[in-house]
Amino acid sequence: MFPARFDYLRASSTDEAVAALAQHGGEARILAGGQSLIPAMRFRLARPSVLIDINAIDDLRYLRETGGSLLIGAGTRDAALETSELVTSGYRMIADVSVLVADPVVRQSGTVVGSICHSDPAGDWGVAALAGRAQIVVRGPAGTRTLSADDFLVDSFTTALAENEMALEVQFPRPSEHTSGAFAKLERKVGDFATASAAVQLTLDTSGAIAEAGVAIGAVGAKALRVSEAEQLLRGAKPSKDVIRAAADAARKEADPGSDTRGSAEFKKEMAGVLVARALVSALERLGVGGMA
Amino acid sequence: MSITSDSEPKARHSVGQSMKRKEDPRLIQGRGRFLDDIVLPNMLHLAIVHSPYAHARIVKIDKSAALAVPGVKAVLTGEDLTAAGLAWIPTFHGYDKQMVLAVGKVLYQYQEVAGVVATSREIANDAAELVVVEYEQLDPIVDPFVARRDGNILRDDRENKTNHIYHWEVGKRAEADAALASSEVKVKQRIYFQRCHPAPLEPCGAIADMNGASGRLTLYLTSQAPHAHRTVVSLVTGIPEDKIHVISPDIGGGFGNKVPVYAGYVVSAVGSVVLGVPVKWVETRTENLTTTGFARDYHMDVEIGASKAGKLTALKVTTVADHGAFDAAADPTKYPAGMFGVVTGSYDFPVAFTELDAYFTNKAPGGIAYRCSFRVTEASYAIERGMDLLAGELKMDPAELRSLNFLKKEQFPYQSPLGFEYDSGDYETTLRKALDRIGYTDLRREQAERRQRGELMGIGLSTFTEVVGAGPGRLFDIMGIKMFDSAEIRIHPTGSGIVRTGTRHQGQGHETTWAQIVAEELGLDPQNLRVEEGDTDTAPYGLGTYASRSTPVAGAALVKAAQRIRERARKVAAHLLEAAEDDIDWIDYKFQVKGVPGKTIGMKEIAFAAYTNPGPGNEPGLEATYYYDPPNMTFPHGAYVAVVDVDRATGATKVRRFVAIDDCGTVINPMIVEGQIHGGLTEGFAIAFMQEITFDENGNHLNPNFTDYLLPTSLETPAWETGNTVTPSPHHPIGAKGVGESPNVGSPAAFVNAVMDALAPLGIKHIDMPLTREKVWRAIRDSGA
Ligand SMILES: Cc1cc2nc3c(=O)[nH]c(=O)nc-3n(C[C@H](O)[C@H](O)[C@H](O)COP(=O)(O)OP(=O)(O)OC[C@H]3O[C@@H](n4cnc5c(N)ncnc54)[C@H](O)[C@@H]3O)c2cc1C
Repeated sequence: MFPARFDYLRASSTDEAVAALAQHGGEARILAGGQSLIPAMRFRLARPSVLIDINAIDDLRYLRETGGSLLIGAGTRDAALETSELVTSGYRMIADVSVLVADPVVRQSGTVVGSICHSDPAGDWGVAALAGRAQIVVRGPAGTRTLSADDFLVDSFTTALAENEMALEVQFPRPSEHTSGAFAKLERKVGDFATASAAVQLTLDTSGAIAEAGVAIGAVGAKALRVSEAEQLLRGAKPSKDVIRAAADAARKEADPGSDTRGSAEFKKEMAGVLVARALVSALERLGVGGMA
Repeated sequence: MSITSDSEPKARHSVGQSMKRKEDPRLIQGRGRFLDDIVLPNMLHLAIVHSPYAHARIVKIDKSAALAVPGVKAVLTGEDLTAAGLAWIPTFHGYDKQMVLAVGKVLYQYQEVAGVVATSREIANDAAELVVVEYEQLDPIVDPFVARRDGNILRDDRENKTNHIYHWEVGKRAEADAALASSEVKVKQRIYFQRCHPAPLEPCGAIADMNGASGRLTLYLTSQAPHAHRTVVSLVTGIPEDKIHVISPDIGGGFGNKVPVYAGYVVSAVGSVVLGVPVKWVETRTENLTTTGFARDYHMDVEIGASKAGKLTALKVTTVADHGAFDAAADPTKYPAGMFGVVTGSYDFPVAFTELDAYFTNKAPGGIAYRCSFRVTEASYAIERGMDLLAGELKMDPAELRSLNFLKKEQFPYQSPLGFEYDSGDYETTLRKALDRIGYTDLRREQAERRQRGELMGIGLSTFTEVVGAGPGRLFDIMGIKMFDSAEIRIHPTGSGIVRTGTRHQGQGHETTWAQIVAEELGLDPQNLRVEEGDTDTAPYGLGTYASRSTPVAGAALVKAAQRIRERARKVAAHLLEAAEDDIDWIDYKFQVKGVPGKTIGMKEIAFAAYTNPGPGNEPGLEATYYYDPPNMTFPHGAYVAVVDVDRATGATKVRRFVAIDDCGTVINPMIVEGQIHGGLTEGFAIAFMQEITFDENGNHLNPNFTDYLLPTSLETPAWETGNTVTPSPHHPIGAKGVGESPNVGSPAAFVNAVMDALAPLGIKHIDMPLTREKVWRAIRDSGA
């Protein structure tokens, strides 16, 4: 399959990219890793008339911790996270995602920010962004603004980005010593989008009770979904099999999937629960709380 | 070479060695020449317009917008082809014909409706979107059991107003029914072998180059059978066969998918004839998955009877086959259901019967032999699943049940109740080797312990027998052409040479194994024997590569041709060694004067003499050809064991171990055989767990790309543990049987049997492939456990 005809523009700076967006508006699309955009163009599901390639903007390629957050630039590939000591030691949930998203080949090109901008309901990074309470920094002609993942992810393949805005960075707050998380995914094979996925992040207080909880599920709705009810159930609770079961049931309730070749709605709903439970069990294990399986 | 003692088999010159593949340096460095690498001067490009509907009448086709696109040279429709007499072409096994471009109506989604020829592939594709086709939708049939009712006749072009294509049966119906009725124990199960697709990484393609001056049509085709395709093209078009040149360049996988003739081949040829320049057509992945030959799609009712002690009494298999819109299965003429009669497998059934009815539906045609000798995989899966179901019913260990009923070594050659003469086999030895290798007894103990803890672990066996190497001319033909194969060997003056056969490899390693076979017979260096296949102007006529026939048939032809070379060389040797021809022996890869070990001469020296000093009365040069009509098929077998763990909560399965012991008789290149086994097991794994071509109720194809038709990656593919036993074929000149397909034929049952064994404590008996997480989860949930 071949994309429809398009113009190609290689931006050498963020200024240039934003200026080009301002000029071409809705006709233009940012090209990051191209792992979602190019397939969509080849199937002619997307027909942008201009591509603004941001791959040559060196300033966007970074992965660092500043001001208590992990900052991932829009040019940073998934593969960079997989091999980052910073990520594997301090951000367990993100480290899980970094080896489960797509496949090793796609991860050489695909970007975290591009994935979040794509807002594929079955994408993995959106789920992680919700559970990890990430913020997205975006820039348009009027300057930059910062949005929570909840506000940024609007709908299937729809974000809060205006036509003339691009995303610069995603920020994940650094988990404290008493915080850990996990990501669980059911896939038909390596490199497949999730049939269902779940990301959780938990903080324990000094008494061992759960002080803060982030729970999100993927591939079971129009977009990545936060399971607020599960978070409320967990917050203040002592870790127990019962509360895990209750949180999983809340995820089943929140899930509203459609049926497709990955599975029936019924199956996916059930899996959302199973995966939330499994992610909670491993997050707790990572916090030294065993015996929850 | 090492000195061998008497007790060891004598080390051979070339056969039996894991020589590195001669084709690999070229292929892995990107220096192969595949169809899409070929660029001819003034070449145009063809894109095809496909039907969005599974069943619809074509009301009108408007070409004007497409023709107005700059760069578009022609838009061809079924009507244009009708004028050329090419709207319909015969299918390979002659019971049916198929549309090239739709005429009147479309019969499956994605069916080819028009072709757009333009100066670039991009322009052709853009313009194809502008061909406006007006359709009137008709009710589709997507289920062969619905087709069977004949409420809606799909093929109004046919004389018989029915969706039924043919009935086929073999064996003794009354005896089988009676034996089943009186059997102490019986099992009966509907087993569906799902529609799958070979999905070669390189899709199909063609370049047609009609030279108006010479009147010669050169066709570059992704063809597994270039000579057969040349003959078909000649018969269909009336172009004399000498004016047709088929070249099958390097092929990136075929698996049976590149045996049929496709619309794109014909339309690019017509385009080249009309426009006078070469026309290239290369499929997209979607076109490959939606329009080209699918495989399987057999609904099989398997019934087995046995005594309480587990002795088999009878087998009956009744099949409904979904052939899609045209009967385009490429089976030999006398075998509409291929070699399905091998369904008695490795077991001593006193009586058996099998019948099959094939139906048209609104799906793409096919039913090709996907990495198996025609329909052997379906048969093997049916019997190997059936044996496990019987073991479950008898509460008997499935290995023990198999051993009890195996054909014994001494029973060969064995006349099967469904018409085959099995050449050789030693099933018990192969099974024992597999069980020892995997540690069967320990695994059963571990399983018992895990079951106590509620864990689901399963062990699955498959002890299959294949029938390959089609085939003896008295039984096997395609479109009347006997299924022999051929070899031609030319030894050059300096002792190197060129070897050609009528087969066409697609990754099987012929460039290496053929050289090894010839080197073995002649004592020459295999590195200097060049193998060439796929060019009908130079290769001797043959039926091509599929159905594991190359080594059994062309491989045998090579041995015979090499022996002819040796006989001619013997005359030259007699001249050079100054002895009578009768006094010359071939010993240790050299000619020697009888009883005079010092007086020897090798083939390299003979080759030189053949061109410089052949001796009085001896024909100069050193060449030979042989056309080999095999006396029988060969019957490879194997014993596979899979160990699987099942996740109760998600239905996810994990293949923990897999041991494959194969017996393909004499092994020519162990490394290549192992590679073939790895590839085939990976395909079998995919079929068992993730692959199926499915349709919705409107006949929409739901798996038109690799997002939804899944190919496993190295990350989830199990680590294969391989081994072999050697039971040579008594009738093949070097005892070799085919092997390329055994792993695809034998493995699906091992995987499924392992999962069913894991689920046995829950009372679950059978789940149809692919064993997706959801299907397994659903079965577990519905079991109430
Ligand atoms: C075989 C395969 C398997 C995959 N499996 C998975 C999987 O399991 N899970 C998963 O989550 N993903 C999967 N993906 C998708 C992959 O992770 C993509 O890389 C990712 O979703 C998009 O990142 P990208 O950098 O490639 O973005 P692109 O494809 O370049 O862009 C995606 C969209 O985001 C927009 N965009 C990108 N960057 C910006 C920006 N800075 N500002 C504004 N808009 C922007 C683009 O305009 C486009 O609309 C898979 C992809 C492939 C090809």
